[in-house]
Amino acid sequence: MSKNLVVRFAGEGGQGVVGGSEILAAAAAQVGYHVQTFATFPSQIKGGPAWGQASISTGPLLSGGDYLDILVALNRYAYDHNVQELREGGIVIYNSEDFELDEGGRAIGIAADQLARESGNPRAANMIVIGAVAELAGMPLSYIEQFVTKRFSRGRPGDEQIIEGNIKALHMGAEACKGSFSLGSPIEDPTPIEGERILIKGFEASSLGAIAAGLDTFIGYPISPATTMLTFMEANLHGDDYFVGQSSSEIESIAAILGAGYAGKRAMTSTAGPGLSLMGEGLGLAWMAEIPLVVANIQRGGPATGLPTKTEQSDLLVSLNPGHGDMSIPVIAPGTVEEAFWAAAAAVNWAERYQGPVILLSEASIAERAEDILKPDLSLVREERRTVSDGSVENRRYEGDGVSPFPVPGGPGAYVANGSEHDEPGDTTHLPDVHVRMTHRRFNKLDVLMDGDYESERTDAPVALMPWGGSKGSARGAYNEIIEEGEDLGWYYTMYLNPLPPALLDELRAKELVIVPELNYLGQFSRVLRSMGVNAQSITQYTGLPFKVGELKSSVREQMRAESGKLARV
Amino acid sequence: MSKRNPDYDFKWCPGCGDFGVKRAIESALVQRSTEKQESVEHTVMVAGIGCSGNLVHLQEGPQPFGIHGIHGRTLPIAYGIKSGRPDLNVLIVSGDGDFLSIGGEHIGPQAKRNLDVTAVVMDNGVYGLTKGQASPTTEFEAVTPTTPYGKLDDRMSPLETYLSAGVGYLASTLSTQVKQMAELISDAMDHPGFAVVHVQSPCTTYNDTYAALKGNAKEGIEPLAFPIPDDHDPEDFMAAVTLARTGRVPVGLLYRRSDSVPAHERLRAARERVGVKQLSVDEILTGMAI
Ligand SMILES: Cc1ncc(C[n+]2csc(CCOP(=O)(O)OP(=O)(O)O)c2C)c(N)n1
Ligand code: SF4
Ligand SMILES: [Mg+2]
Repeated sequence: MSKNLVVRFAGEGGQGVVGGSEILAAAAAQVGYHVQTFATFPSQIKGGPAWGQASISTGPLLSGGDYLDILVALNRYAYDHNVQELREGGIVIYNSEDFELDEGGRAIGIAADQLARESGNPRAANMIVIGAVAELAGMPLSYIEQFVTKRFSRGRPGDEQIIEGNIKALHMGAEACKGSFSLGSPIEDPTPIEGERILIKGFEASSLGAIAAGLDTFIGYPISPATTMLTFMEANLHGDDYFVGQSSSEIESIAAILGAGYAGKRAMTSTAGPGLSLMGEGLGLAWMAEIPLVVANIQRGGPATGLPTKTEQSDLLVSLNPGHGDMSIPVIAPGTVEEAFWAAAAAVNWAERYQGPVILLSEASIAERAEDILKPDLSLVREERRTVSDGSVENRRYEGDGVSPFPVPGGPGAYVANGSEHDEPGDTTHLPDVHVRMTHRRFNKLDVLMDGDYESERTDAPVALMPWGGSKGSARGAYNEIIEEGEDLGWYYTMYLNPLPPALLDELRAKELVIVPELNYLGQFSRVLRSMGVNAQSITQYTGLPFKVGELKSSVREQMRAESGKLARV
Repeated sequence: MSKRNPDYDFKWCPGCGDFGVKRAIESALVQRSTEKQESVEHTVMVAGIGCSGNLVHLQEGPQPFGIHGIHGRTLPIAYGIKSGRPDLNVLIVSGDGDFLSIGGEHIGPQAKRNLDVTAVVMDNGVYGLTKGQASPTTEFEAVTPTTPYGKLDDRMSPLETYLSAGVGYLASTLSTQVKQMAELISDAMDHPGFAVVHVQSPCTTYNDTYAALKGNAKEGIEPLAFPIPDDHDPEDFMAAVTLARTGRVPVGLLYRRSDSVPAHERLRAARERVGVKQLSVDEILTGMAI
């Protein structure tokens, strides 16, 4: 028996491959498995190579898994480009209406569309395939029947027929490959999981985390992979206290949420690389004029239009310094779907607390994947509010060398929120001593953001592994295996990338070597750490895909060996 | 605010048209406060970057809130301010470069949303603050530091641009007509929707158009400016277009859309019509239960 099952549905955009993987994951979650999905989309609407993957496990999942147990290939191209990731002994289910495989023994052709038509529901091709997958994986069909029954019991006429039709399709799919062969080790039965569980995607988690912390204004411009936050907000915020709008560009988005923040609102936008580039000047204004706002930047790949639908961690440097001039923008980067909720709440709170812009730095692989998590305990969400001016320090908005009361239009304390260098009342002044004083003021304000927490393990080890963002899961998988193999390796992790928790920074500075796995070419986080006096080296990957645990493990071990060699020579 | 700030190192040149605009705004704001019993802190002045935008620091009398941001972005900042605070009176002060060149892309979307703000655009036909380069409203063939052969681009017609973009209230006036300008600005602030008061505000240093606007009978110069005839119907869009296309400067109210429903009212009405219930975060999360 096996603990994990990884199934990939590969085909073309528009063929429902992502939907197929999501149904399988949702069904498995319902009977008590842990699940994670992952998908890559083409950037065209119909056609173009796409795949969706469901990882199913009896224990918590750190990553999507390195190898596939079952590959569903809907066309020849999908087979050719995914079969390399099939594990030894894995099975291919292929669309025999489209192509033929003579894969002696480990491939089975299914005419899903034809079977769907025969079942009476031409749209049930996914169910046919899922039936086949369950049969081959040794998963009871009743698991999926339960899910189908629940999903389509919506109290509408015709529900029953839909349920029946889908269940029929499921059985036809299973029947079609009965007795052919099966995975060597079928997946173990799930063990019941305690607590109230939800199946949630990363973008939903970060949207809801922000709303829970008091977000009331969201203005965005569509861009992959950040559009889902905008549409989620549009679909979920309807009350009088909320405003959600589609802007005409990212330049408008940033200026608009800045206007809202200035007017006393807790405002946010979501964007990805190209949009973030357009927001540079506006973010500088928010830093300079001291306006709270949050930009959720969901990283995709590459400069310019780059890889719109792939995942990368290459926007760290631009997030820290998105515009010209001296600034240091607070950055919080979640590493899991669950963290996406808490990171977004923290971003809203940080913006309010220090009265300035915060970047929530997520990535496609987190935003778009679904995961089963325990329902976040909302009693733990803080809702911080900026201190509002009562007008007692009349017209001296920028008084003092740290955070000061915020005058809200309509109330007392009229001032000019100024993007030019300014004195205490907000009037433009270019005097050297004022620029020095106000620069100090702006950087001092970061002192109130030093409360980020972090994970640390085996703190005595001279070499440590420190991933950031979405590389956390694969890095943790690699770490666990390295430790099991008896090596000594420290572990550090935080979502709070700027400012880094000061105690964490002290610990990192004491290490011989800090290894940073990250999905970019430059080794962006290790550059930042080195500039802060940490001996950090990156393991980089820039394929547009997440790390595989096995590959990462070998790279980490290689760096560890090189380091111990160096130490031995000293 | 300059009176409290002796270090503020910017002053308008003597004779700059913007002085007149400042006086008109001061008077319109005082009038508004009294008429509406509304504190001046309910007004937010959103300033562009340019000599014109510096008005926000030079404003005398009761002080409204202000935001002086980045070049060209007054409209999107105003959009954000109004998004959750329709109660605030938002007044934009901007220049021809700020509003029509770098910020030109924002006019269409805000006009179509019918954002409830008033923009006072100080058109001097030049980039004043950066020392005299050509702007969209600089005359064709005019020689400036960036147009050594004379300006090769046709002059933009701002009034036509506003009308075609869907601006629902449009007035055109001169910086010398302070009293009339104050009335137009008051009226524009009362208009429920997007209003533009476009002011010819000559730059005495780089593009002195006083004589051209006023004309000079002795020297045979026809005045560019002319009063909008009394029988003009401001609700007649095509009549407004005709005035805008004269190639001269009509003075007065060109256009007022009578069916103006501002952005925030549209949203309120739509929500009422659709009637979707606001779920709490807890309810949304519960809906995702496995
Ligand atoms: C992004 C950006 N580009 C350029 C500038 C430089 N700049 C400042 S004011 C200005 C033009 C102002 O012209 P206008 O809006 O007509 O104002 P005026 O000074 O004529 O009143 C320019 C180009 C800037 N501040 N920001
Ligand atoms: S340069 Fe022109 S626009 Fe600027 S203050 Fe002087 S006269 Fe006015
Ligand atoms: Mg100008």
